[in-house]
Amino acid sequence: MSWIRVTAVENIPLREGRAVRIGDQELAIFNLGHEFLAVSNRCPHRGGPLADGIVSGNSVVCPLHSWKICLTSGAVCRPAGESACIRSYPVKVVDGIALVELTAERAEAA
Amino acid sequence: MSGAAERLVVVGNGMAGMACLEQILRHSANFRVTVFGDETHVNYNRIQLSSVLAGEKDADEIVINSLEWYRERNIDLRLGVRITGVDATRRTVTGDDGTITHYDKLLLATGSSPLIPPMAGSDKEGVYCFRNLNDTRALLERVRPGLKTVVIGGGLLGLEAARGLQLRGADVTVVHLMSTLMERQLDAVGGQYLQNKIEELGVKVLLSHNTTAILGDRRVEGIAFVNGYRMEADLVVIAVGIRPNVALGKCAGLTVNRGIVVNDHMETSDPAIFAVGECAEHRGVVYGLVAPLYEQGKVLAATITGNRGPRYEGSVPEARLKIMGVDVFSAGFVQDNASGVESIRYEDPSLGIYKKLILRDGRLAGVILIGDLSDSRRYMDWLRTGVDLREKRRRLLSPDPVPDRGANVAEMPDSETVCGCNGVTKGAIISAIHESSIRTLTQLKQCTRASTGCGSCTDLCLGLLKAVAPEFEEDKKKVLCECVPFPQESLREIVRSQKLKSVQEVLDIYGNGVGCEICKPALSYMVDMTWCGEHEEDRSARFINDRVHANIQRDGTFSVVPRIRGGVTSPAELRRIADVADKYRVRMVKITGSQRIDLLGVAKEDLPEIWADLGMPSGQAYTKGVRMVKTCVGTEFCRFGTQDAIAAGVELERRLENLYTPHKTKMAVVGCPRNCAEATVKDIGLVGQEGSWQVVVGGAAGKRVRRADLLLTAETTEEALEAAQIFFQYYREHANYLERTYDFVERVGIETVRRETVYAPRAVQEALLARLAKSKALTPDAWLERDRPYHPTQFVQIQPMEAASV
Repeated sequence: MSWIRVTAVENIPLREGRAVRIGDQELAIFNLGHEFLAVSNRCPHRGGPLADGIVSGNSVVCPLHSWKICLTSGAVCRPAGESACIRSYPVKVVDGIALVELTAERAEAA
Repeated sequence: MSGAAERLVVVGNGMAGMACLEQILRHSANFRVTVFGDETHVNYNRIQLSSVLAGEKDADEIVINSLEWYRERNIDLRLGVRITGVDATRRTVTGDDGTITHYDKLLLATGSSPLIPPMAGSDKEGVYCFRNLNDTRALLERVRPGLKTVVIGGGLLGLEAARGLQLRGADVTVVHLMSTLMERQLDAVGGQYLQNKIEELGVKVLLSHNTTAILGDRRVEGIAFVNGYRMEADLVVIAVGIRPNVALGKCAGLTVNRGIVVNDHMETSDPAIFAVGECAEHRGVVYGLVAPLYEQGKVLAATITGNRGPRYEGSVPEARLKIMGVDVFSAGFVQDNASGVESIRYEDPSLGIYKKLILRDGRLAGVILIGDLSDSRRYMDWLRTGVDLREKRRRLLSPDPVPDRGANVAEMPDSETVCGCNGVTKGAIISAIHESSIRTLTQLKQCTRASTGCGSCTDLCLGLLKAVAPEFEEDKKKVLCECVPFPQESLREIVRSQKLKSVQEVLDIYGNGVGCEICKPALSYMVDMTWCGEHEEDRSARFINDRVHANIQRDGTFSVVPRIRGGVTSPAELRRIADVADKYRVRMVKITGSQRIDLLGVAKEDLPEIWADLGMPSGQAYTKGVRMVKTCVGTEFCRFGTQDAIAAGVELERRLENLYTPHKTKMAVVGCPRNCAEATVKDIGLVGQEGSWQVVVGGAAGKRVRRADLLLTAETTEEALEAAQIFFQYYREHANYLERTYDFVERVGIETVRRETVYAPRAVQEALLARLAKSKALTPDAWLERDRPYHPTQFVQIQPMEAASV
C-alpha cells in the first residue's frame, strides 16, 4: 500500500544485511545481488539481529544460535519442524533506491 | 563344485589378473582356481600407490580384494611364491618354493618390472624403484624432511613419486632425459605448463639430463650426468619406465615380442595359455595403463570360459596425473607434426590452463588437457566413438554451458563410459543401482567397481547415485560441508594451487556457488591465510564478529576487549578505559580470565568511537585469532622468578597479534615452573626455568583439560620465541578450521609436529617464518577500521530516507 524509500542500494553490501528502523518496526534488508529482500530483524528464537547473519542462498543464519530463516517467506528452515515465521516485506529497487512496502494493517498488527 | 572342474592357474595377483579372474568367475563357476602372487600382499590398487606415498591414503585403503574375497570364492591363494617355470607340454608351473602345479588353463598376468637404465651404481643403498607396496613402504621409511632426493624419470610415475616424497618434506628434484616432461603424453607447450605447476609446488625439475652414474661408496651420495654435471643426493628413485615380464611366456615357448603376443581373443600361441595386462602385447602395443587391462579382461573371460566371440580391438591410451592441484589429462595420439593432422589450442597462462585437440579427418585423434579437466569425458567419448566433429567444429573447446552436475549426468547417453578404468557405462550403473538397491557410493563401488581405479569419476558416480537411487545415503567422508564437499586438507591445497583468492571463487568452482555459515568463515580463513594481502576480502563470508571486530552478545550488543599485552597496563590506560565506560554507559566492566578488561553491552554504532577514545589496539577477543599472552611477573618482581616472563610475553604477543588462526589461540609465559599463568594448559606456553625455556604446545583448559606437550627446550628467549612462531605458523597452515591446537597436535602427533617444525631443516623453518612475517606485515590492527571503515555502513544503523506514513 505504501512504499517507503529506505536507502541507496550501495549502502547494503552484496550478500550482507543491514538493520533499518521504520516507525516502530526494525527490518533487516539484504542484498542478494539479483534482488533485495527484507524481513523483521528479530529471530523468532531469541530475538537475534538477523541483519548481522551470514547469508546462505535465499536464507540468513542468525548470528546467535544459527537458526536459519528463509528471506522470501520469513519461515524458519532450521531447526526442522519449527513452525515459527517472521514477517517478510516486499522490496523493490527504483533508481538505485531500495523501497519497502509496509501495509497499513500489517503495520498495525506489528 | 562338479568333479569335472577345470584347473585354472593364474600367475600374478595384480590388478589385471584379479580383474580378469573376477570376470571369469562371473561367466563360469566351473574352475578350480589357484592364484600365485610373488608379493606377500593381497591384491591392491597399484595406481594408488602414489596416494599412499603422499599420505592421502593408508596401505589398507588401497586393498582391492581382501583375503575374505579369495576365501568366499574357494580360490587357492599362494602369496610370496614366484613362478619360475612353465612346462607347456605337461601343463605344469613350477614355483620357487619347489611346488609343481598342474593346469588345464593358464593365465599369465605377470605385469611388468621397473626398467633400470644402464648406469653405474644403481645397486647402491638408497636407490629405489617405485613400483609396488614394498617400494612405497621402503621410501616412506627413508624419507625425511630436507632429504636431498632425486627422482630419475619425468613421466607419470616419476612425477607422482616426486610429489609424494616432497609432501613428506623431502627436497626433490626430478631429472628427465627428454626436454619435455611426460613427453609421451604431452607436447612441448603442455610439458611447460606441467613443469610450471610442478615447480610451483616446490619440486625442482632438471630436463635434458642423462644420468650416467650413481655416486657414493656403499650408499648413494649423488648422481652424475653425461654432460659432466653432478648433484648431491641422499635418496634416488628410478622411475623411467616399465618392461613387460615375459620370461614365463618365453619359457612356455609362446610367441613373444616386447610382450607376450595375444590375438583379439586374448589367446597366446598356445591354446591353453592366455595373457592379460602389462605383460601382453596386442596388435604390437603393450599397454601400461589401467583401463585397457579391464577391457582385455572382459574379452579374455569370454574366451577362456568357452564363450569365444567378443574381440579386443585395442584401447585409446589415456593418462591422468594424480597429483592434487596439478590436473593433467592426455589421451589418444597427441603428436601434431604428422601430415593430415591439425590442432586446436586454448591457453590461459596465468591460470595455467592449456587445452589441445588433435584432429584427423574431422575426427578427434588425441587430446591434452592441463589445469581444467572438466571436459575430459566428452573428449574420451569422441575418441572412442570416432564421431565426425565437422559440424561441431566451432564449439569444440567451448561446450554448451552446463547448469549443474545433475543435468550433466542426465545429458549423458546410457552407453557412455563413466568409469574409464573399469569400463563401466552409465547404463550399467543405473541398472546396478536398481537391481541391487544400492544406496551408497561404497556399495556402488563394491557392486560395479566403478570409481575404484583412478577415482576421477567419483563425482560423476555420486551424481548418478543421487539422481537415480531412491534412498541415497552419503558415505561418511570428512568434508568441510555439503556446499563444498571436499576435506579441508584438499580445500587448502585447492586454494593454493588453483590460486583462488576469494571465497566466492572457491564456492563457484568447487562448490554449490552459495555457501553457508559453516563453510564461508572456514574458506575466508583459508583464503586469507594462504593469500594474505593478495586475497579478496569478502566480509559477507565472515561471521558478524569479524565484520565489526567485536563479540556479539545475546541481546545483539557487543563487547569490547582492548589488547593489553601480557596483561600489563598503566594508570593512563586504566583511566581511559574508565572514561570510555562512563561516556558510553557501558553496562559492565569485567576483568576477564585472560588478564584483560572487557567492556560489555556496547551498541554497534558506538564501536568506532570507543576504539578511538581507548586508543588501544584490538584484543581480538571476538575472533578465531590471537587472543592473549598471559604472564606472571617473572624476574621483574617475583623472588622466585628465573626468567623475564613479562618481557618475553609482551614480545610474543607483539609478534603474533592481529593474525587469524584456525581457532582461537591462547598463550601464556611464566617465569618459573610454579606456572602462575597456567602456561601448560595453553595453546602455546613458555615455561621459564634456570637457564632455559620450555616451549609447550597443545594445552587446553576449556571443554577438556589437556597438559601441553613439550615442543623443545630453548636456551635463549629469542630461540624460544622463534620456536613458538614456527609452531604457530605450522598450525595456521595445517590445522583444519575450528581445530584447536590441542586437537591438532593429537591428530598429527607431537613427534610429527616436532619433526616438521623445530627439528625441520633450517630452510623449512625459515620458509615458515617468512610466510608468517609476510602475513603479519599485511595484517593491520582491525580497529583501525574506525578511521577507514571497510564499508560506509559497516557500523552505522541505516536511517530510512522517509518516515513511515502510517
